[in-house]
Amino acid sequence: MTTDYRQMWADLGIDLERHDALLGALPPIYQKAYLSQRNRPIGMQFFDFVVGDIHGIRVQELRQHAMNGGKVVATYCVFVPEEIVLAADAIPVGLCAGTQFSVPIAEEILPRNTCALIKSSFGFKLGRICPYVQTSHLIVGETTCDGKKKMFEILAEYHPVHIMEVPNKKSQSSRDLWRGEVAAFKGVIEKLTGNEVTGEGLARATKLVNERRRALQRLYNTRQVRPVPISGKDALLVTQVSFYDDVARCVQQVNALCDEVEGRIAAGEGVFPADAPRILISGSPMAIPNWKLHHLLETAGAVVVCEESCTGTRAFSDLVAENGGTVQEQLRAIADRYMQIHCACFTPNDERLDDIVRLAREYQADGVVHYNLQFCHTYANEAVKVERALAEEGIPLLRIETDYSDEDAGQLRARVDAFLEMIRG
Amino acid sequence: MICAGLDVGSRTIVLAVLDGGVVDSVILEAGLNPLRRCQELLADKSYRRLVVTGYGRHLVAPAVDGEVASEIRAYAVGARHLYPDCRTVIDVGGQDSKVTLLSDGGEVHKFEMNDRCAAGTGKFLEVMSNTLEVDIGELGDLALSASKVVQVNSLCTVFAESEVVSLISRGEESSAIALALHEGIATRIVGMVRRIGPKERVVFAGGAALNSCLRQLLGKKLGVEVTVPRDPQIVGALGAALLARARKRRRHIPIQSI
Repeated sequence: MTTDYRQMWADLGIDLERHDALLGALPPIYQKAYLSQRNRPIGMQFFDFVVGDIHGIRVQELRQHAMNGGKVVATYCVFVPEEIVLAADAIPVGLCAGTQFSVPIAEEILPRNTCALIKSSFGFKLGRICPYVQTSHLIVGETTCDGKKKMFEILAEYHPVHIMEVPNKKSQSSRDLWRGEVAAFKGVIEKLTGNEVTGEGLARATKLVNERRRALQRLYNTRQVRPVPISGKDALLVTQVSFYDDVARCVQQVNALCDEVEGRIAAGEGVFPADAPRILISGSPMAIPNWKLHHLLETAGAVVVCEESCTGTRAFSDLVAENGGTVQEQLRAIADRYMQIHCACFTPNDERLDDIVRLAREYQADGVVHYNLQFCHTYANEAVKVERALAEEGIPLLRIETDYSDEDAGQLRARVDAFLEMIRG
Repeated sequence: MICAGLDVGSRTIVLAVLDGGVVDSVILEAGLNPLRRCQELLADKSYRRLVVTGYGRHLVAPAVDGEVASEIRAYAVGARHLYPDCRTVIDVGGQDSKVTLLSDGGEVHKFEMNDRCAAGTGKFLEVMSNTLEVDIGELGDLALSASKVVQVNSLCTVFAESEVVSLISRGEESSAIALALHEGIATRIVGMVRRIGPKERVVFAGGAALNSCLRQLLGKKLGVEVTVPRDPQIVGALGAALLARARKRRRHIPIQSI
């Protein structure tokens, strides 16, 4: 099998030497962070397999699709409407940008004082170490952050890139702008695939993607229970994998996992002691394989019960209306759903503050950890308002600013330990 | 019961032994093998219970049969023991600066820590004292003797050092440069103090509290009296020893009952 993959990777133009080093680095990390956890749901075995085979079968599926004349559309952000991609019989794939491994490569070109997510994603292309990037026919970027926006300009020198303009306000004119962007995206995808995006296609795709949103919401609902039946790390991994796995298969696997986990709830079984401090994480996204903060918290005796982030609730919270209708009507319904994502790129963005307080209550959180990728200015500044909103509600908050490297592990542990001591009283 | 507290910092290891009051205390450099140094230090000490705090607590505690507590909690307990009316603790150590707000009852209510780099920490002062070729113990007094004001704009240890080098080559007095460096670090710490909304009494502890200039600048910038314990480096180890004594009874002890 492995030899087959090597040929495939070579055909995709992968830098095999670097790629070997990347794939060699992952298993020990995964062993330490994941496989060493106790009492994991059996349903996690699928996700273990996906990580163990991270650049294997899924890439092969995409490549097969491409060989049959299909297109692969790569994205980095929850604002890119997958429904349109799927309606044109293309496959959307969320790219990971969550490892330090590709950061030094990116720093050969990008400024060092740039967020790790931007550098990691760019480094994957520059270093030719991601078969998903290599398989894709188009990368769809967006304007949710100034750093990404400018990085995409440089990325476009290496790969076809289309940029969707995400507005910065939630006004009517911004909504109109975004609806225009979504309509234009349909044109881009039709041109790329040569397939027309029809009303039936959109309705089918909308239903499918909504199914995944429902399944993930169902999984997250199980985390509202005490004792929590699944670790934060495992739940985070499920969300991360949902970005690039086949949508229908993902729905099936997540629901199977939910069946099992709901059984645990009925039996009163938990993965952590019932009195373990329950933590809501809010802030910057955690792209695979970024498990740093979850691992830190869950090895310090806490349990992560929810992520208010793009690799959490923001990815699945609202559904697209399934009213069918004309292509125009459906595109509008799609655009409106995506405008409900409370990204820190918006000003003002007070709905996010409401979300954090609401989620803290729904998930019975004892405290909130605000996770900020270093140099992510929108989240860093919005954290000031998050802090105030939580103080008003009497919910403890710890602000963490970090990147993908491990050099600050000791300092982070000091903060986390002190925060948990504070919560425990 | 004799209890011990061990504060394994990035620069120093501090031991405090309690039997009623403090009966023994030791301050050592952490060196390159802090675990071995701790084991040697504890070898001839007798105590019933030990709590380890500081940066190296998770490394050292399992090897010396100790329990762990974060340095935020340990400093809070130590400072509160020395000054029962303490509400704010400033702890500037080797690689971290921390500011902690205590509740009326002495519980940790809120805390702030410096960013991951050495800006605004004891390490910063140490690097600068090397650059200015003065003993770290004399850096504060040197700064206080300045008769002129110069500006160092960067707080990044690396950038600040190159600024210092160019000020030296411009012929500036080392005292004026030292003062500028202290101004920078004090401003950074005061920023953290303001973020938590400080309450009096403010206690300043940790190795950097030995620095006369920093003590004076913090008081001046905060506009309140800043209390420095007689032995500011021992506060974390003292707090850990107090926690060791309290843990005999039950697991989570409110600070006020210690």
